[in-house]
Amino acid sequence: MEIQSCVTILNEWDIVAARQLGRNVAKELGFGTVDQARITTAISELARNIYLYAGQGQLCIDRLNEQGKTGLRIIAIDEGPGIPDIRKVMEDGFSTSGGLGAGLPGVRRLMDDFNIDSNPGEGTDIRATKWLR
Amino acid sequence: MDFREKMDEKFIGVLTDFMQSQSEESLYAAQQFSRLALEHKIPPEEIVNLQKSAMQELMPDLPPEVWHSFDILLEVMTAYGFAFREYQSLIDTQKEFKNEMEIASSVQETLLGTSVPTIDGLEIGALSVPAKQMNGDYFHFVHDGDHSVNVAIADVIGKGIPAALCMSMIKYAMDSLPEYRKDPSAVLGSLNRVVEQNVDDSMFITMFYGMYELKNHMLHFSSAGHEPGFFYSKQLDEFLDLEARGLLLGVDKDTTYKRYEQQVEIGDMIILMSDGVTECRTDEGFIERETLVSFINNYIDLPPQEIVNKIFRDLEKLQHFQLRDDFTLIIMKRVK
Ligand SMILES: Nc1ncnc2c1ncn2[C@@H]1O[C@H](COP(=O)(O)OP(=O)(O)O)[C@@H](O)[C@H]1O
Ligand SMILES: [Mg+2]
Repeated sequence: MEIQSCVTILNEWDIVAARQLGRNVAKELGFGTVDQARITTAISELARNIYLYAGQGQLCIDRLNEQGKTGLRIIAIDEGPGIPDIRKVMEDGFSTSGGLGAGLPGVRRLMDDFNIDSNPGEGTDIRATKWLR
Repeated sequence: MDFREKMDEKFIGVLTDFMQSQSEESLYAAQQFSRLALEHKIPPEEIVNLQKSAMQELMPDLPPEVWHSFDILLEVMTAYGFAFREYQSLIDTQKEFKNEMEIASSVQETLLGTSVPTIDGLEIGALSVPAKQMNGDYFHFVHDGDHSVNVAIADVIGKGIPAALCMSMIKYAMDSLPEYRKDPSAVLGSLNRVVEQNVDDSMFITMFYGMYELKNHMLHFSSAGHEPGFFYSKQLDEFLDLEARGLLLGVDKDTTYKRYEQQVEIGDMIILMSDGVTECRTDEGFIERETLVSFINNYIDLPPQEIVNKIFRDLEKLQHFQLRDDFTLIIMKRVK
């Protein structure tokens, strides 16, 4: 199977495809199994949010090479309803899963860098990077 | 991080030890390892990985299914690791809140601070202890030269931060009352208007205001729905209710407060409190006012401040050191 760098998220199966993509790239870049599991968990969360809240969107994986550092970036983009109060969703305990550590703050902690842009009515753009150590 | 570097080695040591001995001792070593791991915030998925790597080193020839099984465990534990991290971060936030609360409560103490006046012939004991960090009770003395000692005791219905914020407002309203307004019924009347205008409808305040005239030892008092105090008559050796009728502050802006009088003789006591004292809940339900009276009776010959302190200690103990409501108790005793 050819490695694509983006997966269109439309249904729950696409979450699996996005995970697979992330895992393949992570392996290829030399991430260990623990980091692979973290990266795929982050991908699951982001892809699932697209599926649940935006209906459809894209999940892409970038290979990074900056100043001799290797990294993997997850990009989750959709043109869904957007998030009105980003500060609130980034608070622990806001997630509807309620205190199981899931959700966006959890993704931020699993990854090294995390950036979220979202405008109501326009959509959401989340980028999260993990660096190889 | 020192532990992190040596973690693999340590773990493999514990594991080989146990494989050989299956002893309680090596299990204890495993427990100590986990304590260190927790201390260094090592999430569970890393422990799974330690196990897998250790096994790869110790028994490389296991069937592939065994290795696959570790991957499932790793995946599951990554989710637990998610929760573990959230927990860590919640603990940090909680610490921040706690610090903030401590600062807030010391700010409150400064804001609401009042000193108990020293007066020849009139001994005063007072104590106010919040159930949580912020106090929704409040007392205040104003010593007006030879003329009088004024005392206010108030209780916001409600506890914690909202009650404390409300109390700060009352204090400033009281400070800005004009000088001549010492008459209890007038004081409560003005405060009632302040509260009615400025405080949320769901918040009520009860207050007792007393003016003790030093020349003729007459206590003038009014109450806005406050827990009735006691008057101890030395001559009768009896505790009487300091009954006074009046609506809570903030209910009706046009309400008026009746003024009552009580002559105070040598040895008599005025006992004021918040409902945190009488509604002190014990295993047998709320303590009765009679119980409180019997407590006071135990210490009746002590100076008022000591009586107050001892009663607080007793009630604290009765409640297993968990105050359910803010506690305020004031005792004024005429000694000559
Ligand atoms: N891509 C998205 N588009 C619109 N809303 C989103 C998106 N991702 C998250 N949200 C909103 O943010 C909230 C928090 O998301 P998250 O932290 O993943 O927790 P959970 O999905 O468990 O509610 C969601 O309930 C949803 O309202
Ligand atoms: Mg989610």
